[in-house]
Amino acid sequence: MPDLPRKKVGLISCSGEELPEGTVTRRAVRRVLETLRPDDTVTLCLPLFLAGGEGERAFARYYPTIAVDGCDKRCAAKATEKYSAKPAASIVVTDVSKVSGCKAIGTARRLNAEGLRLSDEVAGTIVKETDRLLKKKSKGNFRGVAGDER
Amino acid sequence: MTRKIPVVPCSGIGKSLGAAAREAAYALTEDLRPERTKVVALALLVLGDEEAKREVSGGEAVAIDGCKLECAAKGLASGGASKVHKVAIFDVVRRHRGLKPEGVCDLNEDGLKLARAAAEEAAKIVDDTDTEGGHA
Repeated sequence: MPDLPRKKVGLISCSGEELPEGTVTRRAVRRVLETLRPDDTVTLCLPLFLAGGEGERAFARYYPTIAVDGCDKRCAAKATEKYSAKPAASIVVTDVSKVSGCKAIGTARRLNAEGLRLSDEVAGTIVKETDRLLKKKSKGNFRGVAGDER
Repeated sequence: MTRKIPVVPCSGIGKSLGAAAREAAYALTEDLRPERTKVVALALLVLGDEEAKREVSGGEAVAIDGCKLECAAKGLASGGASKVHKVAIFDVVRRHRGLKPEGVCDLNEDGLKLARAAAEEAAKIVDDTDTEGGHA
């Protein structure tokens, strides 16, 4: 049998520097990558994508991706579609925030406890989509305690 | 009205130097020169968001990049900045050899020191930049 590369999901966060929701995308994606699904995910760097990084673009052409955007401008989803292929899933922090009832989440530089809770919610949503794309059953407790990365 | 100088940091999510670039941009725009600078998101700029392009077009700007690919500087150039002042974190760290930045979401103490050093270099650039009338 040939040694085929393991299927992974590419995570692309908008990382928007102007808005706290951009910071939520970064934190949520890092949490999935480092703690929740380290064997199933990689992160793709959005600026490299935009600046013509062939490795990033090629990955997104052949592997499923999840775009994680802070706001409904959806920069990560649009960039992925423009330069590679339509993301297999698209998550917008402000949508998750409405559902989870989060209020003021701090600043782009420093999220408050509510912002950390929201980033955990978003990380949970990413995990669900990752498992769906890899046809795995979600293993229950993926929602960490806000701030437990600190 | 005096135009605020747009500051665009690296959006990198994989390395500490990218995180330091981002933190440096906040240190500059929130702590050191809040009256003269503002952060503009790289993704918005590169994807052609009208508001972001208006902020950047025709004036001087500061790019704070984490690696040699210089995505922020390229983004500002493509967004129409008349002059892009570059602050390269990978060069700043060479000037502060004792620092060992770590972490992405939460920089360690050395990472924060590196970001501060980069922000101070950027503040000097801002002080030498004329923004009266909207264009340098």
